[in-house]
Amino acid sequence: MKQLATFIRKEFYHMFRDRKTLLILFGLPIAQILLFGFALTNEIKNSRIVVCDYAKCGISRQLTEKFAANNNFIVEEALLSHHQIEDAFRSGRIKLAVVFPLDFEDDYQHLNQAHVQLIADATDPNTANMLTAYATNIIMEYQNLSLPYQINTETRMIYNPELKGAINFVPGVMALVLMLVCVMMTSASIVREKEYGTMEVLLVSPLNPFMLIISKAIPYLLLSLVNLIVIILLSITLLGVPVNGSLLLLFLISILFIITALSLGLLISNVAQTQQTAILVSLIGLMVPTILFTGFTFPLENMPVVLQWLANIVPAKWYYTIVKSIMIKGLGFGAIWKETLVLAVMTCLLLMISFKKFKVRLE
Amino acid sequence: MQKDIVIQVNNLTKCFGDFTAVDTISFEVYRGEVFGFLGANGAGKTTAMRMLCGLSTPTSGEAAIAGYDVYRQTENIKKSIGYMSQKFSLYEDLTVAENIKLFGGIYGLTNQEIKEKSAQLTGRLYMNDQRHKMVGSLPLGWKQKLAFSIAIIHQPKIVFLDEPTGGVDPVTRRQFWNLIYDAAAQGITVFITTHYMDEAEYCNRISMMVDGKIKALDSPSNLKRQFSSGSMYEVFLRLARGAQRTSD
Repeated sequence: MKQLATFIRKEFYHMFRDRKTLLILFGLPIAQILLFGFALTNEIKNSRIVVCDYAKCGISRQLTEKFAANNNFIVEEALLSHHQIEDAFRSGRIKLAVVFPLDFEDDYQHLNQAHVQLIADATDPNTANMLTAYATNIIMEYQNLSLPYQINTETRMIYNPELKGAINFVPGVMALVLMLVCVMMTSASIVREKEYGTMEVLLVSPLNPFMLIISKAIPYLLLSLVNLIVIILLSITLLGVPVNGSLLLLFLISILFIITALSLGLLISNVAQTQQTAILVSLIGLMVPTILFTGFTFPLENMPVVLQWLANIVPAKWYYTIVKSIMIKGLGFGAIWKETLVLAVMTCLLLMISFKKFKVRLE
Repeated sequence: MQKDIVIQVNNLTKCFGDFTAVDTISFEVYRGEVFGFLGANGAGKTTAMRMLCGLSTPTSGEAAIAGYDVYRQTENIKKSIGYMSQKFSLYEDLTVAENIKLFGGIYGLTNQEIKEKSAQLTGRLYMNDQRHKMVGSLPLGWKQKLAFSIAIIHQPKIVFLDEPTGGVDPVTRRQFWNLIYDAAAQGITVFITTHYMDEAEYCNRISMMVDGKIKALDSPSNLKRQFSSGSMYEVFLRLARGAQRTSD
C-alpha cells in the first residue's frame, strides 16, 4: 500500500510539473465546450425574417409576436408582394418569409383549417430546414395552447423541442475529452518511462507491474473526473443543457468508460516505443473514429451499413448513446443496460489483452 | 578473500530466433568482488546481464543470483539486487530528495530509514545544497553518482551496473569508482560492464566476452601475463580481433 501511495504521488509530480500538458488537459474540455456550444453550433440564431400579415386578425397578430419574441429570429413586419419577397431573398436580406394570407381568419373559422405560408431561402438547405422547423414549431406550440381545434402536422421534435445543438454536442464532447485524456496521457506516460530508461529500473525492482499500471491509471482517472465535472457544470450554466437523469448513474458509467479508455491507453503503450508514436496512434486510431463514428457530428443512420457495423466497435459510440439517454432523456439504468453491458464486455476484453501483453520481462 | 559465491552461472544461453546472443557462458562471482564484464558492442554483455537481473528469460542453462534461480525466483532476485542501466535511470522532473524517497519506497524502506539514508547519501556526495533541485538540472557526473547511490540504497547483495560511466570525464569517473570500492567494502558485490579499459584495471576480476562466449576470465594482472600484453587495452584487442560479429 505504501509503495502504491509513493508511486501515485510520483505520477502526480510528473503531471503537475509538466505545466504545458496540464494546461492543455484542463483547457481542452473548456475550449471544446465553448467551441461546440457556441462557435460550431448548428443552431441558427438571429436570422432575419419577414412576416407578411395580410390577415391582420387576432391570431396572426399573436403569432407574429411569438416570432418576434423568439431569439432565433429578428422579425421585420411588412406587407410585401411576392415580387418584393423574392427581391428580399435575392439580396440576402432575409432567410425566411412567413405569410398569413388574406383568407386566413375565414379559413380557420369555417373550415377549421388554415394555412400559413413559409418561404425559405434554400440555397443553404440545412439552414432553410432549420428555420422552417423553428417556425413550424412556434406555430404548433401556439395552436396547441390556445386554439380549440387540432391541426395535424408532420413535424415532430422529441427531446429537443427547441432544436438546441448543444444537447447533441455535450455528450459528444464528454466522450471525446475522456478518450483523449485517458488514452493519450496514459500511453504517453508509460512509454515515457520506456524512453527514459526508467522502466527498466522499475522492472528490475520488486515493484509489482500490476501496481505500476494502477498507479499510472489513478491520477488520470481523477483528472478525468475533474474534467467531467467541469464539462457538466459548463453545460448547465453556459449552454443550458441540464442533466435530466441520475447524476450518480452518469458518473458510474463515466468511470466505466474511463477504465475502457485507460485499458486502450495501456494497450497502445505496449506497442509504441516512443511518446510520439503513442500520441499519434491515440490521435489517429481513437480520436478520429470517436469524432466520426459516435454520431454526434454525423448521423450514423445515414452511413453505409458497413460503417455502421464499424461504429459498433468504437467504445465512445456506446458511451455517447448512454450519456444522451441519461442526460437528455432522463432515462434510468433499465433503458441503458444493454449499452452498458457492451461497454463492460469491451472493457474486460481490453483489460485482459493489455495485462497479458504488458511485458514484465524485457525481450 | 572469503569465497562466498553470490552469482553462479552454468552454460547460460540466450537465442533470439536463430541468433545466439549469449552462447553457453559459465562463471562464478564472489561476495564483495568487483567483477568486470567486458566485451565489444554486440558481444552479448547486456543480454547476459538482463538474464541475471530477471529481465529476460534464458533459453537454456542455469543461473543462481544470491542463491535464487533465474527462472523461478525472479521476485526474490529483484529484492536482492540493485540495478543501474546505461540509460540514465532517475526521474529528471523529480528533485534529488524525491527520487531518493521514491526508490526507497519501492524497495520497502521505512520513512525513518529513508530519512537517514537520504541524509547520509547526500552528505557523502556533497549534495546537501542540491536536495531540492530537479535531477534534470544536475551535471551528468553528479546524476550518475546519485543514480549509483540510489541503486544501492537498500543494501542489495549485488549491484549490476550497465556501462555506468559513459560520457563522463576521467576525474568524475575516478570519484565514481571510489563509490564502487566503498560499496564493495560494505560487502556489496559489484557486477559492472564497461568499454573503458582503464576501468577494467580497477576490477578484481574480469571476463572478456567475444561473440556471445567468454574468452578469458581472470584478474587483470593474470590476464596481462597470459596474453603477454602491457595493458588491458592490448588484451582486449587480441581477443576482439577474432570476433565475427561487427558492432551494432
